[in-house]
Amino acid sequence: MSFKSLGNPFDGESDLTHGPSCACPSCACAHEQAQRGTEYSASELTARLEQAAFEGTGQPRYQAAAELPVQQPTHSDIRKAQDTNTLESPEDVMDRVVESAIVRALFGQNDASRRAFMKTIGGGTMAAVLGSLFPMEAAKAAIKDTLGKPEKTKLKIGFVPITCATPIIMSHPMGFYQKYGLDVDVIKTAGWAVARDKSLSGEYDASHMLTPMPLAMSMGAGSTAMPFRMPLVENINGQAIVLHVKHKDKRDPKQWKGFKFGVPFDYSMHNFLLRYYVAEFGLDPDKDIQIRVVPPPEMVANLRAGNLDGYLSPDPFNQRAVWEKVGFLHTLTKDIWEGHPCCAFACSEKFTTELPNTYGALMKALVDATAYSSKAENRAEISKAIAPKNYLNQPEAVIAQVLTGKYADGLGNVKNDPERIDFDPFPWHSMGVWILTQMKRWGYISGDVNYKGIAEEVYLASDARRIMNDLGYSAPDHTYEKYTIMGKEFDADKAEEYVNSFAIKRT
Amino acid sequence: MLHSLNVRATLVSLVMLIALLGVWELANQAPDASKALTEYEMLMGGADQEARVPPPSAVIGLAYDELSNPFYDAGPNDKGIGIQLGYSVYRVLTGFFLAALVAIPIGFLIGMSPLMHKALNPFIQVLRPISPLAWMPLALFIIKDSETSSIFVIFICSIWPMLINTAFGVAGVRKDWVNVARTHELSPLKTAFTVILPAAAPTILTGMRISIGIAWLVIVAAEMLVGGTGIGYYVWNEWNNLDLTSVIFSILMIGVVGMLLDLALSAVTRLVQYQE
Repeated sequence: MSFKSLGNPFDGESDLTHGPSCACPSCACAHEQAQRGTEYSASELTARLEQAAFEGTGQPRYQAAAELPVQQPTHSDIRKAQDTNTLESPEDVMDRVVESAIVRALFGQNDASRRAFMKTIGGGTMAAVLGSLFPMEAAKAAIKDTLGKPEKTKLKIGFVPITCATPIIMSHPMGFYQKYGLDVDVIKTAGWAVARDKSLSGEYDASHMLTPMPLAMSMGAGSTAMPFRMPLVENINGQAIVLHVKHKDKRDPKQWKGFKFGVPFDYSMHNFLLRYYVAEFGLDPDKDIQIRVVPPPEMVANLRAGNLDGYLSPDPFNQRAVWEKVGFLHTLTKDIWEGHPCCAFACSEKFTTELPNTYGALMKALVDATAYSSKAENRAEISKAIAPKNYLNQPEAVIAQVLTGKYADGLGNVKNDPERIDFDPFPWHSMGVWILTQMKRWGYISGDVNYKGIAEEVYLASDARRIMNDLGYSAPDHTYEKYTIMGKEFDADKAEEYVNSFAIKRT
Repeated sequence: MLHSLNVRATLVSLVMLIALLGVWELANQAPDASKALTEYEMLMGGADQEARVPPPSAVIGLAYDELSNPFYDAGPNDKGIGIQLGYSVYRVLTGFFLAALVAIPIGFLIGMSPLMHKALNPFIQVLRPISPLAWMPLALFIIKDSETSSIFVIFICSIWPMLINTAFGVAGVRKDWVNVARTHELSPLKTAFTVILPAAAPTILTGMRISIGIAWLVIVAAEMLVGGTGIGYYVWNEWNNLDLTSVIFSILMIGVVGMLLDLALSAVTRLVQYQE
């Protein structure tokens, strides 16, 4: 057991570093063990330590602390400071952690000088002085905000039935929400416009969205303006350009003049990637081809009916077109921009500020689920969990091809590409800036755009980093990186120059 | 003679149905899948190169499964056909009765007062031809609740036939009867309830019957749009999965429930029918 009891920071007798002279219960046990020459069994040790931590017994040398002179018993902290080491509830333990951190910081982490000081002046005095100088209660409340019980446990989260939403969906059948004390209903939604409207109206507490949507919604592009926040990305890669089987011989995009393409939403990576892709081949996406908004689930039916020549859409509808023998995979978006973001978890700003604990618990569940789904060995199990009617409602064989990356391309080949879709929760600000440059490029927004300002306001990278670190996952320490997309470099520091550098644009 | 004609007609109907289903069944047989599939074929879901409409046997099999357990509830996105139909009927009836509450009094007013008829007519003429689904985005924005929005859409689509039929029926009540009421010195309110209402009732109920038919047509489309629950959502969800067997089954169920709603109102119409 690596747990050491939390010493009272206002007690000159306790050693917060658990050095040789420490009298805290865990160290006392260790001393006793050394003297007895035998070891406590694990359960015996746990029992002793729990008893010590919550009842304040089993610590003979602490009695001295109780007899410290009481001078100003006005502040609630003081009572706790004089109490020996009694911690009655997890809340008390949390308070102690905060007190301890602050006092240690005050003494520059030097425990020897802290103990000398406490012995001289008395812990009670120190607690009173500190309480009057430092907003101790507020600090404790702030810490508990991110760790305490969720204010609201019954939540409704919307999702569009695509594999991009895997972490949001699988957290339900695989128990990730439950693990963090939440009772979540994941509600299937017919398309992005409905998901957006239900989020704006507050019918959903949070929702699966496309990475450009919170940016657009916060700016009021395409809907009423409402500050939305995107604390987590769901998936990277995982989309594809699908063409109708009758176009098997038209693999060069230059031959696509007059084609009708479907994308799931105006404010989607799909739209921006398709535009970028055809423009790199010299086609103007607004003049040479036609791009229509079609909700992902309706893509295959439209492709079969001949309403579309192709689409850039989320899986499983790319693979489903192959399964239905109406389309083939022209290219994976991974080969356009390796590691591009796609879908995200988003909620209103109100949700993050009014229900901080719920928000924190939800983030933890999703970061955990995202990490779980990024592991290749779990993908088959996840495919099984999200295939039923309640979630994606697709043949498991189709979903497994998407998630495991071993798939038929519709042209007679079996391909193996484990990175076809991947999951990474970190919301890079540079991704936000890239999306904004494309919105500017294609005329969805106009005027001077404060690229970095908006990206940093909407993409909550610091929240994501905090939660990832809390859960023991490594998070990047910077939020901007450079990308190379089809051989062209993107640097967030030169966003406006980047927009102007394109030959085909609407600005 | 009549009896045997009925029997013979039924027989001919049955023969036609069986012949139709038989042709459908035979035309949609999947090829024999006994030979081993290559890895590519397995990933493609079989060697069969063509998707086809499911045969009737598959639809009947599915119908048996669904109807033998119509009220299961396996989470917010997977409920039995009975529950889905229940949601749809509930929405239709709520919207329909709310519309009746508004349409019948206003219809009375228009029918009895030529002034109000002329004053309200332009509004009715502009609002009536609007497709109810066109209201949906606006309703979602203003009402901020998808459930209430779909009820509103039902309300707005069922109001017009009832309103116009009520006005027509009330205006068409024979003048003699109203004059008789006047000679008996009945108050206008009493005239409306004891003379005009019974006289106009068959026309009003015809309007209601048209309304419920339209409401049932619209609810399917509205639920496909907003999702969540209801038979429209069921169709949409199965369409996503390109599961035509379920789509055909739900089409049949929509037809059966629509017929039952219509039968219920026609029974009520018969109650208020009278001979002059």
